[in-house]
Amino acid sequence: MEQIAEKQEARRGTSPQSTPVRMSGAQILWEVLEREGVEVVFGYPGGAIMPVYDALPASPIHHVLVRHEQGAAHMADGYARASGKVGVCVATSGPGATNLVTGIATAMLDSVPLVCITGQVSSTLLGSDAFQEIDITGITLPITKHNYLVTRAEDLAHSIREAFEVARSGRPGPVLVDITKDAQQATVPFRWSDEPVRLPGVRPARRLTHEQIERAASLINQAKRPLIFCGHGVIKAGASELLLRFAEKTGIPVASTLLGLGAFPASHELSLGMMGMHGEAWVNHAVQESDLLVAVGMRFDDRVTGNLKNYATAARKIHLEVDPAEVNKNVKADVAMLGDLGRSLERLLPAVAQREHQDWRARIRALREDSASRDVQGIPHQGRLRAPHVLHDLWRLTRGEALVVTDVGQHQMWEAQYYRHERPRSLLTSGGLGTMGFALPAAIGARFARPDEEIWVVVGDGGFQMTACELITCAQEGIKLNVALINNGYLGMVRQWQEFFYGGRYVATPLKSPDFVKLAEAHGLTAMRVTTREQVASAVDAARKAPGTAVIEFCVEGEEAVYPMVPANADLHAMIRRPSRIEESIHEP
Amino acid sequence: MSHDSAFAPSIGRRIARTFIVYVQDRPGTLNRVVSLFRRRGFNIDSLTVGRTEREGVSRITLVVQSDEDTARRLEANFYKLVNVLEVHDVTHAPSVSREMAFIKVRAGAERRGEILQLCETFRARVVDVAPESLTAEITGTSEKLDGLIELLRPFGILEMVRTGAVAMARGTAAQGSGGPSEGDLAA
Repeated sequence: MEQIAEKQEARRGTSPQSTPVRMSGAQILWEVLEREGVEVVFGYPGGAIMPVYDALPASPIHHVLVRHEQGAAHMADGYARASGKVGVCVATSGPGATNLVTGIATAMLDSVPLVCITGQVSSTLLGSDAFQEIDITGITLPITKHNYLVTRAEDLAHSIREAFEVARSGRPGPVLVDITKDAQQATVPFRWSDEPVRLPGVRPARRLTHEQIERAASLINQAKRPLIFCGHGVIKAGASELLLRFAEKTGIPVASTLLGLGAFPASHELSLGMMGMHGEAWVNHAVQESDLLVAVGMRFDDRVTGNLKNYATAARKIHLEVDPAEVNKNVKADVAMLGDLGRSLERLLPAVAQREHQDWRARIRALREDSASRDVQGIPHQGRLRAPHVLHDLWRLTRGEALVVTDVGQHQMWEAQYYRHERPRSLLTSGGLGTMGFALPAAIGARFARPDEEIWVVVGDGGFQMTACELITCAQEGIKLNVALINNGYLGMVRQWQEFFYGGRYVATPLKSPDFVKLAEAHGLTAMRVTTREQVASAVDAARKAPGTAVIEFCVEGEEAVYPMVPANADLHAMIRRPSRIEESIHEP
Repeated sequence: MSHDSAFAPSIGRRIARTFIVYVQDRPGTLNRVVSLFRRRGFNIDSLTVGRTEREGVSRITLVVQSDEDTARRLEANFYKLVNVLEVHDVTHAPSVSREMAFIKVRAGAERRGEILQLCETFRARVVDVAPESLTAEITGTSEKLDGLIELLRPFGILEMVRTGAVAMARGTAAQGSGGPSEGDLAA
């Protein structure tokens, strides 16, 4: 990564060109990427993108060679989530492009700004089913914010600049630019223009009216049992500080969505933790008892609300949101405040009263006590290794300061419950699409955005095997990650559903795995296996000290379940709870 | 895992809604607009596209069955498309709406008079007469077209084509100022 800095340094001071220079489409592409501030791209070469790769050495931009294009998209995604900048990935036409699809959809569902560059067959061959030709703009139409097919080198600079603007503006999202091979090869006069990109179809949000502010403030000032909902939007808008001030002034407790974790410090006295399907029981009960929800940058996803008919029926709703299409979609808003969250919070702050909400907070504390008695952390390990214990220990041992990238499944929920995040962008996870295989490549991307931070990948045995090929990318790039591989021998979340809802018939969920230690070692990486709780601390320590990427396989109890659980479409308060400690101890062997 | 999602039929009456959508004249734009309906399993009643008085801007008139809530959500989703410039729901606005059709009907000499009389009543023009058939051209509201078609059906309709509705607001002002305001979206 030092090379990147050197290369960038050498190129500093590139100024707007006064006279046009003749450049190929491929050269223009790299030039525009550099001027957009791109430091690193993740990609895989192939026939239809070869002119672009041929022009790469002249650019200061660092290229990470992935082992599968899905990894390239996830890496760009992880880079974008970790940095707040636009992530860039590159693939060839046909299978290269289609392999990006899962990664693009992941970014779309979580509003992550990406620019995905794909090669395409020459414009003369379009539509002829030429070798490795696929209609990737058609395929990605519903999973991109927008996409472009560029057939002329003259149009390339403008399309790329537009792509960046679309990707990062408003509610961010992925944009794909498909470039025909002849457009990459053609040489045309190029002159960089600093003029801002005009997008006539993208309209700025209207100013909030005085009446809206008054109405929202009056609901907030009169509420007796209010809650703030903190979503991913708070992180994207960089509005954490304002949200903190808003919560402290109004004295309203803050519940978080999965993707909102970290936006509000977990150790703050007003922080409640996560809500929803695997949210804390006291949070879900508090939601159902509340009389006002102030939803900030979240979209009332079905994993958050459960059955909408009986969701927070006594509560009025104030919705602060950047995307007009999200307001009144699932839950009717009494007051909708559209536009940048920071701007909305700034307007709201002076209008709200200083309050304490002592009674309401005491009520929530009472709800919490019952949960504490059921907490898995209170259960002695008795020589066995339980996944929630591992996550709790990892939080403790890293003092809650690591950047954690999780995959999808049970371990993801335990991480959300037991790793307490104090700052924005300290948890990266696939929320909306729930993409298994996300964690390892996303963490590689995050490493390039945050070169000096401790990064932990938390991943299950199932998800790890989906993108484990990127281990060698870690080795080739010489980057340092710590991987906590939670191996329970099952596709754990599906197994849990089978246990609860399908009569315990474990169909296609028992999972044979390779020897993960040998596998990691075969990649030249440090690896170790942990089978008891006593070994956790020393293994974590050894992984942190290892010079390169280190993999710890935690062999945990197979049939642990994530509690509490709101069954799909059940009422939010109708949670399946962990048997209390006394009940459980009876079942213990 | 079904629940009352945005586009499931919710409270409110389902009626034919007419949207006017201004879009940038770029490849793929129509595809994007239509995709909003496809992914939600909606059937479009009619769709017309054409150029406008502004260069590079096309106008889509689109009729779809929906309730009020769904119409508002559709409008907001139209605006998410980068190439969409303006959207107007003219269902309840004072506007004129017209559709055109060619109807080729079986018309031997003995029944021709009767058919011509019907066409006269509906102000349809006869654009082609053959020994055994007759083709009428009619312009009017979709309801008026439906009326003539019903009356001609017993004679035997051999072939028919309808353009789908085009609509325009009455009065001097162009459509609205464009897009939902924050107030419009609040309940």
